[in-house]
Amino acid sequence: MNKIFPRIPSGCAISGIMNKKGHRFSGNDIIKSIALMHDRSNGLGGGFAAYGIYPDYPDHYAFHVFYDSLANRINTEEFINDHFDVDMSEPIHTRKVRSINNPPLIWRYFVRPGQNKLISSELTEEEYVVRCVMRVNSCFEGAYIFSSGKNMGAFKGVGYPEDIGDFYCLEKYDGYIWTAHGRFPTNTPGWWGGAHPFTLLDWSIVHNGEISSYGANARFLEMFGYKCTLQTDTEAITYIFDYLMRKQGLPLEMAVATVAAPLWKEIDRMDQDKKELLKALRAVFGNLLMNGPFSIILGTKNGIVALNDRIKLRNMVAATKGDFLYLASEESAIREVCSDPEHVWVPKGGEPVIGLLEGVDNI
Amino acid sequence: MKKVYAKEEVCVGCRLCEVHCIVAHSEYPNDIIKAFKKGNRPVARVLVEENKPVSFALQCRHCEDAPCTKSCITGAMQRNSETGIVYNQEERCVGCWTCILACPFGAIRRDESGKKAASKCDLCSSNDEVPACVANCPNEALSFEER
Amino acid sequence: MNFNMAVPEFLIERKKERCIDCKVCITQCANECHSFDIDEGRVVSDETACVNCQRCVVFCPTRALSVVNNPQQYKNNANWTAFDINTIYKQAATGGILLTGMGTDRNYPIYWDHLLLNASQVTNPSIDPLREPMELKTFLGRKPEKLVVKDGKLAEKLPPQLELEVPIMFSAMSFGSISLNAHKSLARAAEEVGTFYNTGEGGLHRDLYGYGNNTIVQVASGRFGVHQEYLNAGKAIEIKIGQGAKPGIGGHLPGEKVGLEVSLTRMIPQGSDAISPAPHHDIYSIEDLRQLIFSLKEATNYEKPVSVKIAAVHNVAAIASGIARAGADIIAIDGFKGGTGATPLRTRDSVGIPVELALAAVDSRLREEGIRNQVSLVVGGTVRNSSDIVKAIALGADAVYIATSALLALGCHLCQKCYTGKCNWGIATQNPNLIKRLNPDIGAKRAANLLKAWAHEIKELLGGMGINALESLRGNRLMLRGIGLSQKELEILGVVHAGE
Repeated sequence: MNKIFPRIPSGCAISGIMNKKGHRFSGNDIIKSIALMHDRSNGLGGGFAAYGIYPDYPDHYAFHVFYDSLANRINTEEFINDHFDVDMSEPIHTRKVRSINNPPLIWRYFVRPGQNKLISSELTEEEYVVRCVMRVNSCFEGAYIFSSGKNMGAFKGVGYPEDIGDFYCLEKYDGYIWTAHGRFPTNTPGWWGGAHPFTLLDWSIVHNGEISSYGANARFLEMFGYKCTLQTDTEAITYIFDYLMRKQGLPLEMAVATVAAPLWKEIDRMDQDKKELLKALRAVFGNLLMNGPFSIILGTKNGIVALNDRIKLRNMVAATKGDFLYLASEESAIREVCSDPEHVWVPKGGEPVIGLLEGVDNI
Repeated sequence: MKKVYAKEEVCVGCRLCEVHCIVAHSEYPNDIIKAFKKGNRPVARVLVEENKPVSFALQCRHCEDAPCTKSCITGAMQRNSETGIVYNQEERCVGCWTCILACPFGAIRRDESGKKAASKCDLCSSNDEVPACVANCPNEALSFEER
Repeated sequence: MNFNMAVPEFLIERKKERCIDCKVCITQCANECHSFDIDEGRVVSDETACVNCQRCVVFCPTRALSVVNNPQQYKNNANWTAFDINTIYKQAATGGILLTGMGTDRNYPIYWDHLLLNASQVTNPSIDPLREPMELKTFLGRKPEKLVVKDGKLAEKLPPQLELEVPIMFSAMSFGSISLNAHKSLARAAEEVGTFYNTGEGGLHRDLYGYGNNTIVQVASGRFGVHQEYLNAGKAIEIKIGQGAKPGIGGHLPGEKVGLEVSLTRMIPQGSDAISPAPHHDIYSIEDLRQLIFSLKEATNYEKPVSVKIAAVHNVAAIASGIARAGADIIAIDGFKGGTGATPLRTRDSVGIPVELALAAVDSRLREEGIRNQVSLVVGGTVRNSSDIVKAIALGADAVYIATSALLALGCHLCQKCYTGKCNWGIATQNPNLIKRLNPDIGAKRAANLLKAWAHEIKELLGGMGINALESLRGNRLMLRGIGLSQKELEILGVVHAGE
């Protein structure tokens, strides 16, 4: 598992479905939706994120881990056992799929931070978990934690997304939010960890585009302990939101106004307070502006946010029906699973589509 | 009317205005070298006055009530009532220099390169363009404008 | 004894068939190389005093003149060039230190020219600046670690920031070293374009207080012209520790350049040499610097960012880190090729390091320490064009300082004789006959044009990279590739080689 490789530009398909009331539904719809956009991927990466799938372990961090070998697993588990109380560990159930070859060992752990270690680290619980995940991912050979949130999980690999869904038996999981990603990289990642979505704690990101500001974004993040080992946009985007919302404590709309900042000529027309605020955001976090084409769906336990770059260089469509919110790279991928949406629209560049669970006031 | 004005604070005293005035009023208005080396070289109708560091280019002010026109004994010196330009009809000028005595600015000079005649700025009046001295000033120390 | 062992450096060639004896060359040469020979009835030239400033060449209306390198050479010698020999003759004759002006002309590597920029192809679109917005706005100043937002409002104001419409400022050149008209030109250009010029260490002339919103006032070791009104006159204050053309020594202004206006502005007697001490005598350590920074902030109510300018020297990364921690809001780094009005030749040509390497090292170091966002980084010292600027910003600079380029825009022909006070282009002089040669109306327009032209070019280059705001380029070294560089150089610059 060579975890450090150069940046690979890629095109993509993305899709997301949520139920605002928190009713859970199986992975069938999301697989159907992303499968329709088969031509937007090239079989070199696909994946899903699902929220609400582990109701039996709602307060445990669910680690999904790829291992190259048994030896790597034993080595890494020593670290995990040392830093966490592991209440359950198991291989993730998969089925054989013709097009999926040479999968790594895929394990799942439900864990809680070891109290002694946590206290002596003087970190918040979340920061502790993040640092442990980063440690494994950057320092442990042949091991990669690709999902680390509570009551949620990522499922991904090398293959077309619908085949990956089949491989992981996603029809057997029920979640209230599902996002999916099909990848069209311009060369072979050859490594399962490089597929999307990318997750950190509860955050998950599926992303279509190639952000030209990657170098600026990544170097800024590295100052704050983030290690952009994958060299992918998705990883950087995840860290950006984590930094702005968890570390800086900014509300979602401020985070959005940072990554897809309004143009200066728009800011100049705003009222004094807002102008001052946006000026400060751009002055202080200018390096986190995401430039170049992107459409992303950000998932958390509280809902989803979809966002385009500020001059809309990538396609994305949104739709609603009843309690359901749909998002996809193409409208057809929505109609495939919801033939008569009540409302369909194309969000403007930089204008987020925010879907929150009922009773929740921030993502 | 538009006149030539000098900004003495940026006049570099190079006398390129004089050079280009000579060329513009010579037999070879498009060829500096010929203008100087062939035929009769006219005198410059603009004159750089210099007492370092002060310098500026001086030429006829085209007075409304021009004393030179009144003093002219032949009526060669005239003021065009439409354009306001004071000019000397050289074929009528007899070279008596009375206008030079009358001019309060010292802006008229004797030109004896050809026919003896008073020589003065005509704002390059044969066309509507910016006078040669203004166009060729390297430091924008001359302007052609309405004030 | 008038005898000079050196052969003249240049020849003045006058094409007889073109010369019209108009004497324009005579009027323009402050070194009196041209004269009118009454006996011969023509203009003649003597190159002994010629500095190759090209004033006569440009002014000659018939293009009869050219100044060329003197083909008369010393006997060929691979070890001893004419330059080496001439400097020895000069010192043997005078017993003095060799003085010179502007930046070094020695053949050191130019790293800008070993860096290549990226452009978008297929996988993401390039952006057309003629049709899409393209933003260059830049803020210089300390950024807080956290933004406090309450009820959709900024709860704590940002520390003071300089707001630039283009990431280019005119760097420090004192009134004294350059003329008031040169200062006026730069001040007006800065105002028109929405950026800043820097007063340099010679105080601020009365006539220029009106440009305060576009002014950075400098405080150097000589403290010339520093008073309370001065400190409050600009938008920021810069402490000058060092300068690329003469690291380790202070500014030199010969008494000949200290006329009435300079004397009043600097608050020194007319005709006296203005020699700044090599160090600030109240800064012998980093903690002393901190005191001066905060004294200046205190004196100006914490309303102005304080910049600290240093020369790029061997240990620049560690020094910059110390300056950031000492409370500076902006660090200005001047590369060893930076210009000056007067500097000892040997210092200019052999002290300091290239700004490209210094910038990369400082930016990397500040990031490693997690304090890059606390301070803005401005670099100068041979920023020659817009692509140098784009590369500087990709390496990690927030903005650049230009001075030589700005003077070239005003007419400088790089003859490097600024220290003589006989600048034929009216820039580096206080001679009343010569200062008139720079018309500030023209100067302001040309300096502003240069910034506007470069802004257009920067936008084109950004658009090609698929970037529509400059902040996405800042520190984005992935947009750079090295060419013809050693592994070590690539490592310091933090870029990979072209093809990788």
